[in-house]
Amino acid sequence: MTLPAAPLKETEPSKETTPVSRRRRSATLLAGCSLTALIALLALVSLVWLPFDTDDTSGGRLAGPGDGHLLGTDKLGRDLLTQLMTGARIAVQAGLGSVAIAALVGVTLGVLAAFAQGWLDDTLAAFLDILIAFPTLLLAMLVVAARSATLGSAILAIGLAQSAVVARLVRILVKRVLARDYITAARTSGTSWPRTVAAHILPNIWPTLVVNLALQFGLAVLAEAGLSYLGLGAPPPNASWGRMLQEAQATFTTAPAGALAPGILLVVLVVGVNLVADGLRDTLDPATRRRRT
Amino acid sequence: MTPRDTPPGPLLDVRGLTVRTDDGRTLVDDLSFTVGGGERLGLIGESGSGKSLTTLALLGLLPDGMTATGSVELAGTQIVGAPEKRLTAVRGRDAAVVFQEPLTALDPLMRMGRQIAEPLARRTGLKGRDLRTAVTDALVRVRLPEPDRIAHAFPHEISGGQRQRVALAMALACEPSLLIADEPTTALDVSVQAEMLDLLDTLVREREMAVLFVSHDLAVVAKVTDRVLVLKDGRAVEEGPVLDVVTAPKAGYTRALVAGARKLESALDLRSPR
Repeated sequence: MTLPAAPLKETEPSKETTPVSRRRRSATLLAGCSLTALIALLALVSLVWLPFDTDDTSGGRLAGPGDGHLLGTDKLGRDLLTQLMTGARIAVQAGLGSVAIAALVGVTLGVLAAFAQGWLDDTLAAFLDILIAFPTLLLAMLVVAARSATLGSAILAIGLAQSAVVARLVRILVKRVLARDYITAARTSGTSWPRTVAAHILPNIWPTLVVNLALQFGLAVLAEAGLSYLGLGAPPPNASWGRMLQEAQATFTTAPAGALAPGILLVVLVVGVNLVADGLRDTLDPATRRRRT
Repeated sequence: MTPRDTPPGPLLDVRGLTVRTDDGRTLVDDLSFTVGGGERLGLIGESGSGKSLTTLALLGLLPDGMTATGSVELAGTQIVGAPEKRLTAVRGRDAAVVFQEPLTALDPLMRMGRQIAEPLARRTGLKGRDLRTAVTDALVRVRLPEPDRIAHAFPHEISGGQRQRVALAMALACEPSLLIADEPTTALDVSVQAEMLDLLDTLVREREMAVLFVSHDLAVVAKVTDRVLVLKDGRAVEEGPVLDVVTAPKAGYTRALVAGARKLESALDLRSPR
């Protein structure tokens, strides 16, 4: 661990690792970013331009590619590419929205739970465990049933369900950091609790937290697709990949493109964010970072 | 910032300090001692004797599941049972701590410069360039070479001795009236240890700062303090000027400590060339 002072003279902290491990690490991150960026691009373009209107049924039913329909049409004569692009937007919205809610609620709850002591600590831990044991999809269905089947309800439901997972993780991470000497050291120099949380605790749980949030993004996308498949997601004519899968199910043998295309994009996005999470873990985790020095 | 008028009586006045766990074990038992302004007291004892807990109790920082009773008055402020807000004001200003293991006592993800700047800014209110200059000064004062490089480094990028100097700079940045050094040289190589002790000695003398030096090493304590308090199993077994304790130890445990230290020393004498 102890490094001689001399060879470090010119070293910048960010350049501490060997080139080989850096390259391997950035390959994962790069692959993940490219896949995710592909979907993000589809989603962004869909905001300003779509090949057809989402409710344009002028194409022939289950038509093959051609006649302006790059990927063909579905059983109602709607353009497939248009639907895929709208679906990309909805998937990204679902992921970002859910993770934002999960991060906000989860981190706040988790930090508070970590500072709780005695019976309050036990109660909070048990409460979070129960919430986690409750199936996300079931919880989401309850929320959607109580409100209405909109994308907002789905995002809220998924975000709240994920908050419990994030809160439990944050609670454990904060507790671990709290036991460290540098927290005591900061306290002995007169740092207040809010300042300690902001300056020492959050930065130290951040690497693990951000990796988990990236994974939650992928899970949220899948959960939204699941809800839409059950008809509980974004209502028509906004095509979610989940609903596209469900609608194409009956005609899968005659027109497989309608089911394959949303399926493939779903896999691309989820694999993409998982690779990003993996790459981030290698880049950010202080444990792996220190092991390399 | 509150004015620092000198209260009557000693800087640190500990009376009947007792630390118990929630399940009823007594870890520090009825400990009483005082440290006057500019005085240097050594707290000596084996591991598990309650030394470190005592230092934490002095600043109201006992871990969960432990409670302190008795009285700890630091610069006129009662610490035992004080609300968090009052404790935050006292910590750093009236007493600062240097810990045993600098690698774990420094935030691994914060550059050294910022870690020193935190308490420094809080005490002085400096900002921007003035604050950076003050940080560099603080690093120069603990005789660190290339202070600018150190200020930009993370804890794992500098050596153990350098880290401990940074930790010392952090503690001194608050200009406390009392410096609590909890085994500050134990984690260091022997050669670095001597340098560190010298440095600590000089800096503290310059500032006429009071010191509570905690260690298991009698030789180290004898080097930097005037008076020692010997702890065993959470109880004070002997107290007196260093010279008296070393030459004429009264308690059986102290005699064993002195004999042990002497044996080591004589082993060195026997092996060194005449």
